[in-house]
Order: sequence, then C-alpha cells, then structure tokens
Amino acid sequence: MSQQENLFSVSELTGQIKSTLEEQFDDISVIGEISNFKSHISGHWYFTLKDANAQISCTMWKGLNNYVFFTPQDGIKVIVQGRITVYPPRGNYQIEVRSMKPAGIGELQAAFEKLKQKLSAEGLFDDKHKGPIPKFPMKIGVVTAIDGAAFQDMKNIASRRYPLAEIIIASCKVQGEGAAQEISNSIKLLNERNDIDVIIVGRGGGSLEDLWAFNEEIVARAIFNSRIPVISAVGHEIDFTIADFVADLRAPTPSAAMELATPNKDDLFAFIDEFSYYFTQKISEIISDSKDEVSRTINSYGFRYPFDLIKNEFQFLDNLIYRFQNFFDNRFSLYKNKLAITESRLSSFDINSTLKRGFVIIKQNDKIIPRLKNFDKAKLTEIKFYDGEIKL
Amino acid sequence: MRKKKESSFESSLQRLQQISDLLEKGEIGLEDSIKLYEEGINLAKNCYTTLKEAELKVTEIKKQFENGLKQ
Repeated sequence: MSQQENLFSVSELTGQIKSTLEEQFDDISVIGEISNFKSHISGHWYFTLKDANAQISCTMWKGLNNYVFFTPQDGIKVIVQGRITVYPPRGNYQIEVRSMKPAGIGELQAAFEKLKQKLSAEGLFDDKHKGPIPKFPMKIGVVTAIDGAAFQDMKNIASRRYPLAEIIIASCKVQGEGAAQEISNSIKLLNERNDIDVIIVGRGGGSLEDLWAFNEEIVARAIFNSRIPVISAVGHEIDFTIADFVADLRAPTPSAAMELATPNKDDLFAFIDEFSYYFTQKISEIISDSKDEVSRTINSYGFRYPFDLIKNEFQFLDNLIYRFQNFFDNRFSLYKNKLAITESRLSSFDINSTLKRGFVIIKQNDKIIPRLKNFDKAKLTEIKFYDGEIKL
Repeated sequence: MRKKKESSFESSLQRLQQISDLLEKGEIGLEDSIKLYEEGINLAKNCYTTLKEAELKVTEIKKQFENGLKQ
C-alpha cells in the first residue's frame, strides 16, 4: 500500500513539482551569463542563463522585455528577476523573467565592444559608406525628443546660423524601453520623404544607460541604411556610441551637430558684403582701365603715324617753297642788275654815238642847254665833245 | 549619392562666386563686365534680403509610421 501511496501519474508528479517549485521560487533574482539568446518574431525572448557548472532556460514575454533598456547579447552577465515556472507538456522548468539589468556597468561596456566588433567586421563603419554633408541644407531632419533640451539647443543654433533652413522633427523616445525601436523608426520615416538634406540623430548627455539606445544594433542599421546623410549627436564630447561609428559624421554634442549641418549666417553676410564691396571696386577699376587703354591707343605710334606723315609732308612742302623762293629771288636780282647795267650802257651808248658823229652838248651850270632861248651868253659854257670837254 | 536640386540661395551664392572669378580674370570686355557687375549686385542684394528676413521653420512629423510601416 505504501508503494501504492508513492505511485504518481506523470501528471500528478509534474503537478506537485510545479506547485512546489512555483511556490518556493515565486520571486527570485538570479545572476548569470546569457547564452543562446533569441528574440522571437512574436516579440518574446528566449535564452539560457548559465554559469560555469549549470544552466537554466529563461523566457521573457513581449510587453515585459519592452522595459529592458538594452538588447541582451550572448556572453553578457545579467541579473534577472522573476519566478520559476514548470511547463508540464515538456516537463521542464524555466525562469519567467519580469525584469533584467546588466550585472554591472562593465557588462554594458562588453556588450558595446561586442556589437562594435561585429558591425565593424560587417563593414558598417567603413569610410566608403560615408557620404558628404550638404553645405546649404533646405530641410534638416532631426531625430530626438521634441521636448528635450537638446532639441531646443538645436533650434536655437539653426535659427541663429541659418534660418533659411526648415527643421523636420521626427520626435521619439531617446532612452528607456522601446527607445531604440522609435529612433530607428524615425530615421526610416525621414527617409521616406525625398526633401530631407541631412538627418541629425541624437540627444543630450546622460548616463551610459540613458544613452544606450544609441548603442543598439537596430539604430546602427537604421543609420547605415539611411539614404540621407546622418550626423550623430549623442551626449557629450566624451561619449562615444555605436551610432557615432556608423553615422556619416559624428558630432560631439547636438548643438555641434547643428553647427556642422548649417553654414553660418554671419559668414554668409560677410561673403555677400565682400562681394558688394569688391564688385564696386572692381568695376571702377575696369572702367578706368578701359579709359587708360583708349588714351594709350590714341597716343600709340600707330595712331600718331598719319599725323606724323602729314607733318612731314608739310615740312617737305615748306622746304620746297623756301627753296623755290630763294631760287627765284636770286635769279630776279641777278637779272635786275644785268638790266640796269645794260640800260645805262645803252643810254650812254646813244649820246656817245651822236657826239662821235660831230655833235656837241652845251651845258651851263651842269645842265644841258638844248634850245637857244635857254642859252645865257654871260654864263660859263661847257662844251662836251665826243673826245672831251672844254669850258668857255 | 542622390542628385538633389540645390536651393536658389545656394545657386545664387555660387553664381556670385563665378562672377567674381570672371571679373578677377579680367578677360571680359567692358560692356560684359558692367552687365556682370549689375547681375552680381542684384544677386548680392537678394541673398542679403533673403537671409536677413528668413525665420527658422519647424515642422513635426508624427508617427504615422506606426500604421504606415506595418501596412
């Protein structure tokens, strides 16, 4: 009978084990290393928790695992909190996890390094995938929390530097459960539009846990798959996240990201002013250069040549006239002299020939007396013969 | 890299730079230089006004993707 009393059906035994275990281990915390982690399409998580000598199956239902700020990875040591459940059809027991946290900050660091190595090996960080950031964006997509200080800072910077731009904010949670999913959804949402020039993904400073969403694979892949260039802007200068490695450009802070995404209005004003000044300067230079060129051309040898030619001709002509003048003057006076001599000779020749023939000239007081009535007997009379004179 | 139409502001600035380069080279006749000058001054004026009067616009896009992405 005692044997009979110890006889259980499988179901009875399993039932007793189930109630024993489930009552005994209703609220437990267990530390262990994750292995065989699987995130089922249904949203439930299945994994094994182990240490050097033992292992135990774990489940974490969708809805609860939403509250875990990081995605578990194999090899990461975690502390889970939950209860033991027994699953009679399979005769196994497992921990039904209610919450999970990394066993220490070092575990997150390890998770970070593991993901970094994995994505790096896949080439997600390669420079060849990194695109240029446009200089004059018309629309800047921003993925952050719309009510966060980081967004305020970014708006201020954009307004001060380049108010021509429009900010398209796809607001999302940036920390805690579901943040990584929302961030990657927002990046995808912006990529569905075709008017966004650049995307800034980020948030202000915080603890490693606060920033963790930006270390999640899903965010890294969303950034990598973004057709629009992405600037990462997570936390402070010293914070490096996986998002930073995969982004086209890493900015140390959200404000710095907006500065990298926008040209500076003051620079542009200076540029325009410089042009206005330069142009006015330059055009007066060009005009005065042209004037100089005109006057240089007019004074050039080529232009002077015809005038010189005319001057030369004048000179030649003057010279010629002068020579003619001289020539004629000389000739004229020569003939004049000859004429005078001839004339006097001619005249003297007439008288002499008459005298020669026997006529005489009667003179009184050196005057020729041609008529008797002019003759004065009382006066001295000169008689000029051909061969001489006498006075009577 | 996708090709995208650049903003008129950006192309104005680029044209301004181009005009400056052309004038700098000094290979252009007087008449064309004056035309370029007028064009440049107008561009500079427009750019200045545009930039001075601009106000940042912020538009939020909501999470229509909750439905949109799952369809």
